[in-house]
Parts: sequence; structure tokens; C-alpha cells
Amino acid sequence: MTTLLTVDKLKVNYPTRTGVIEAVRGVSFTLGKERLGIVGESGSGKSQTGRAIMGLTPKHGIVTADKLDFNGIDLINASAGERRRLRGKRIAMILQDPKYSLDPVMTIGRQICETLRTHEKVGKAEARERALAMLEAVQIRDPQRVFDLHPHEVSGGMGQRAMIAMMLIAGPELLIADEPTSALDVTVQLDVLKIMDRLVAERGMGLIFVSHDLRLVSSFCDRVIVMYAGKIVEELAAADLKHAQHPYTQGLLNCMPEIGQNRHPLPVLDRRPEWAA
Amino acid sequence: MSAALEIDNLSVVYDDFHALKDVSIAVQGGESFGLVGESGSGKSTLLRAVAGLAPISGGAINIDGEALRGLKRSKSFYRRVQMVFQDPYGSLHPRQTIDRLLLEPLAIHGISDSETRIARALDEVGLGNGFRFRYPHQLSGGQRQRVAIARALIVEPSILLLDEPTSALDASVQAEVLNLLEQIRRDRKLTFVMVSHDLGVVTHMCERLAVMRNGAVVERLTSRALAEGAVHEDYTRNLMIASKGFVKA
Repeated sequence: MTTLLTVDKLKVNYPTRTGVIEAVRGVSFTLGKERLGIVGESGSGKSQTGRAIMGLTPKHGIVTADKLDFNGIDLINASAGERRRLRGKRIAMILQDPKYSLDPVMTIGRQICETLRTHEKVGKAEARERALAMLEAVQIRDPQRVFDLHPHEVSGGMGQRAMIAMMLIAGPELLIADEPTSALDVTVQLDVLKIMDRLVAERGMGLIFVSHDLRLVSSFCDRVIVMYAGKIVEELAAADLKHAQHPYTQGLLNCMPEIGQNRHPLPVLDRRPEWAA
Repeated sequence: MSAALEIDNLSVVYDDFHALKDVSIAVQGGESFGLVGESGSGKSTLLRAVAGLAPISGGAINIDGEALRGLKRSKSFYRRVQMVFQDPYGSLHPRQTIDRLLLEPLAIHGISDSETRIARALDEVGLGNGFRFRYPHQLSGGQRQRVAIARALIVEPSILLLDEPTSALDASVQAEVLNLLEQIRRDRKLTFVMVSHDLGVVTHMCERLAVMRNGAVVERLTSRALAEGAVHEDYTRNLMIASKGFVKA
């Protein structure tokens, strides 16, 4: 398998008045054309890792790494312009809530066309054609109608499909999905996941799936990285989840209430300081 | 045993949108009752109608056999019924300390010995006295939800309305808050009405539940029946499949 992305000792620091906050503390992994899940609680640094790869760390944050390589491009030393050309074209990101991540004053169709025309030389008519085809690919029933709607006029599930369409239209090689279904209803979640599953497989992309839901991630991905306090505590194949060694991973697995299980009280995480060491 | 909360043919209409259509449920004293459904099914509207936050256009709500009328709720109602909201980031006043937040309901109801009550309320939800003079932004989501629960409990209600109390929290923190709620219910013999879109959470917390869709109840069943798969409606079955999670094609 060819390596798409190499991350070696990635660190993200935020200097503040009261000291440096170490959001990510030396994360290393490689990614081929596969699906990698990054799991952890809020504050574990999972989203910060995704954002650093995408180049979306806020200005006051400091990103360092021994190596951050995407297809031979050194992302750490790349210029802002170079990163901008990558973003949306070769690396794309799906965010959690379509209510906030879509432009509220632009129609859905225009936003998708804008992404396409930023990265490729295509005429208006062709952009429209391709945007409509993409909307159809994410299983929007009436693409012509949805094309001219504003984000507030569509449901959360529809908005997230539009977001996926927008992110995939330029044909990225790497897709980072940050909690793509957490803001959606349970019934809609499955539909959106199925669409993502199919498109990622058909188009042969690498996928980084960031979520706090360990079960969801392991059912979707080939490999799972578990993060705690900015570090990787365990890395395992999704199929081996049952044999997870680290107590934190086991805790995350066991804390969800399930239908038909009678566990009162639910097991909770006993966070130990040595995990963060 | 008489019903602690009885809702009879309740309708809520916004302009020409029927948010609730003739919904009837009865919750016994000391019971934990669940409402499940997707967004827009009317499950939250039902709780809001009880609390006087949604306009009622038909039907009746009885609390301990006493009928509620219109939007106005008496002070004694709020001593009996309290609500915990979904978003702990939005439901606490950002410029008030935890102490001030907890003092408010005591002041409204003219309850004395606020000192000891606030200390006890914080202790009960597992937050020490050290949290008392902090602001909400200094707390994590789970800690904030604990404060919201403490605020609801401080007036010693008998019925607690829970609107998705854990859906904004991490799975690991959700377990802690659910355990806390169960413990409090046992200690104080409270009646719970809990809304959630997560069947796992509802069957864990509640003995009986109603499945809602488009403003109406489509099925009523016990958690045990649900666990055993004794489900009659396709919609409930779909929810069950969805709650099992994604399965690779």
C-alpha cells in the first residue's frame, strides 16, 4: 500500500498568559488508502490533530512535527498559498454541524460550484452540471430544487449531504471527517454514513474519521487510534477492538448503555494520571 | 396508585403547524418514563407544554390530579416540577457564578437557609464546594450539566422533566451523568419523564416508553419488551436498527 500521509511527532501548542497548553503532544501515524479512526473524549486532541493536517490551526497555535508529509509535500514548511491550493482540492474536511459549516447567505448549488471553480478551470454551465451530478451521488432526490435552496431551508441530514458533495467534488485524495454525524438524528446518521462509505470506497480516498464514539468508528474504519490528553494511548485494528489492552479504550467501549443490557450503575472511566504521562 | 402526570389528548399548534396531535400519556408516581423519536417528532414539545413553555390548544394536563390551565404555572407547580435542558452550554447564565445560579430558585420560592442548601445541592451532584464561586465557562460540559441538575433539585421537586440531558456530552461523561440521575431518583423517589433520541439511553433509564413521530405517539411499550424485540411498529424497529450503529455493507 502506498503511503498517503506520514505524521511523525506532531505537536500543537497554544501559548496563553498562564502557560502553554499542549493540545497535541507528539502524535505519529501513517495513512494509506485506508480508513483510520481517531477516537477520544473532548479535549483529547483528536480534532486538533485533524485540523493541523488540514492546516486550519488558528494563528496563535504552534504546529511542529518531525515530519508531516502528504504525498511528498512537506506540509510543515509549505507556504500559505501552497496549503490553500491543497485544501479543498487534495485534502478535504467535513465538519460536525452543517448549520454552521455552510455559508448561510449562499445557495447550496453556488457553494458547491465555488469549490469546484476555485480548484479547476471549468465553465459555469459545466460546474452546474457537475454539482448536480454530485448532489445526486449523495442521494439527494431532487438535485435541481436543492441546488437553489439556502442552507436554512434544508434539514440537518440534507445539509450534511450537501457538505459531503461539496467536499468530494474536487476529487480529494484525503478526506478528514470530524464528527460528521454527531449533530444528526440516529436514523439520518445511518444514511449519511452509508453515503460516505460508498463514496470513499468508489473513489479510493484515504479517510481520517474523528469521533468520540468508539463503536461507530470501529464499525466504519479499518484501523483505530485512541487518544487521551494529546497522546496516542492505543492503536489497533478495528476487528481487534474486543481485545483492547488499554483501560481507557476498554472504558470507552463499556460506558455506552445498550438495549437489553442491565448494568446499573454504568461503568465509568477511572481516569488515572499515568495515562497522560 | 394515581398518576403523577397525566396528559390527555394534548395538542400544540404553532400557526398552522401541528407540533402535537392528541397525545395521551400517564406517568405513575416514582416511575421513569421515556419519550423517543427523531427531531421534529414533538417529544421536546410535550415536555415544554407541561412546563408552560409551549402554547396548548387542546387537551388537558394533570399533575397529581390537579389540572393545569393555559401557559401560566403557579409557584407551587414549579416546586413540584422542574426541568433539565439539553444544552448545558446554553442553559446556565454565563455571567452568574454557580452560587448565584443556585440561589435564584431559592430566592424565588422564599426558601431560607440557602447556605446549607447550596452546599448540599453541590455535594449531591458530586461537585465540591470549590465549584461554588466559579463561572459556567470555567466548567466542562459534564460539570455544567451537574450544575443544571443541582439547580432543578434544589427546590426539592417530585417530578423531573429531562430533555435530552446527556446528548451534548461525551459517551464517557454521559455514563457518569446517567448514574447520577439514577442515584438521585432512588434517593429521592422522584418521577422522571425523559426525552432522548437514543434508545440505549432510554431503555437504560426508563421502565416504560412511548415512541413518537410527527407529533403523535406511534407505540407504547416497556423497555423489557423492546429489549426482547416485541415491537409492533416498523418505525420503532427502524429506530432499533439505527441505534445498533453502522454495519459495513
